[in-house]
Amino acid sequence: MSTAAEHVDSHEGGHEHPSDAKYIQIAAILAFVTALEVGTYFVSIPGEVLIPLLMVMMVFKFFYVAAWFMHLRFDSPLFTKFFVAGLVLATVVYGIALTVFEFWHKG
Amino acid sequence: MADTAAVSHGHGTGTGLSNNKLLMWVFLGSECLLFGGLISTYLIYRSRFGDGPAPGDIFDIPFTSVSSFVLLMSSLTMVLALAALQRGDIRNNRVWLLATALLGSLFIGGQVYEFTTFVREGLGYTTSPFSSAFFTLTGFHGVHVSLGIIMLMSLLISSFRGTLTKERSETVEIIGLYWHFVDVVWIFIFTVIYLVPSPTS
Repeated sequence: MSTAAEHVDSHEGGHEHPSDAKYIQIAAILAFVTALEVGTYFVSIPGEVLIPLLMVMMVFKFFYVAAWFMHLRFDSPLFTKFFVAGLVLATVVYGIALTVFEFWHKG
Repeated sequence: MADTAAVSHGHGTGTGLSNNKLLMWVFLGSECLLFGGLISTYLIYRSRFGDGPAPGDIFDIPFTSVSSFVLLMSSLTMVLALAALQRGDIRNNRVWLLATALLGSLFIGGQVYEFTTFVREGLGYTTSPFSSAFFTLTGFHGVHVSLGIIMLMSLLISSFRGTLTKERSETVEIIGLYWHFVDVVWIFIFTVIYLVPSPTS
């Protein structure tokens, strides 16, 4: 059984990063999820199931790229805080804007 | 010179972190607000297509899916470029940087093809509120990808001049952060704009 330590290399910056094999594994997972997303276009799924399903896959891909490729998983939590602050602020501000424009009722 | 490199890696800064990297993360946080505004505007206007083509009639999902896959894979090549430089493997760093720039260019080529097809089918920038919001959002994203390609090419030039070394890997890391951000923004755009069922005429 492999351990997490086998998947990481260290470099001069001090913190450890995954190996090339691990990056390829992450990309394969992302490609698979993208294929699932695209697959929903070719099958008939009711909107009330399809939209939450697509949102879950989108959020999964987003956080996977941010955590592994952008190294938020390994870097200082301060970087995550700055990024998440912008993300949360954008979500709240534009959530309110969409509500004001009655987007949720009109679809 | 050595002091500058130390500060850029976070040694000797108030936070113990690289100021350049911190600045890039603050910038990316602010970019969330820019793209959030553009995506929200699109969502508000996507049903207002008037007499012009509707989004559900004009989007080519299989074509855009291939473009999305290309951009996603460019994130892999970018992170492999960084990993190679951090190991001191200059040759592979160049190969992966070039691969990333080529994949980015392929994505931009696909976007240019998509835009010209839409214009031929009667969807211009001022055709409807939907078309304006769509072209503004995807156009802004395309400009970001294009700027990323320019930065990647400048890294390649630095590498061939011998100035991009293992000690300066943070430069690649920071440009890589920008590139991955452009990729995650497309993850949002692809799902919300293309895959979520759109209105038809």
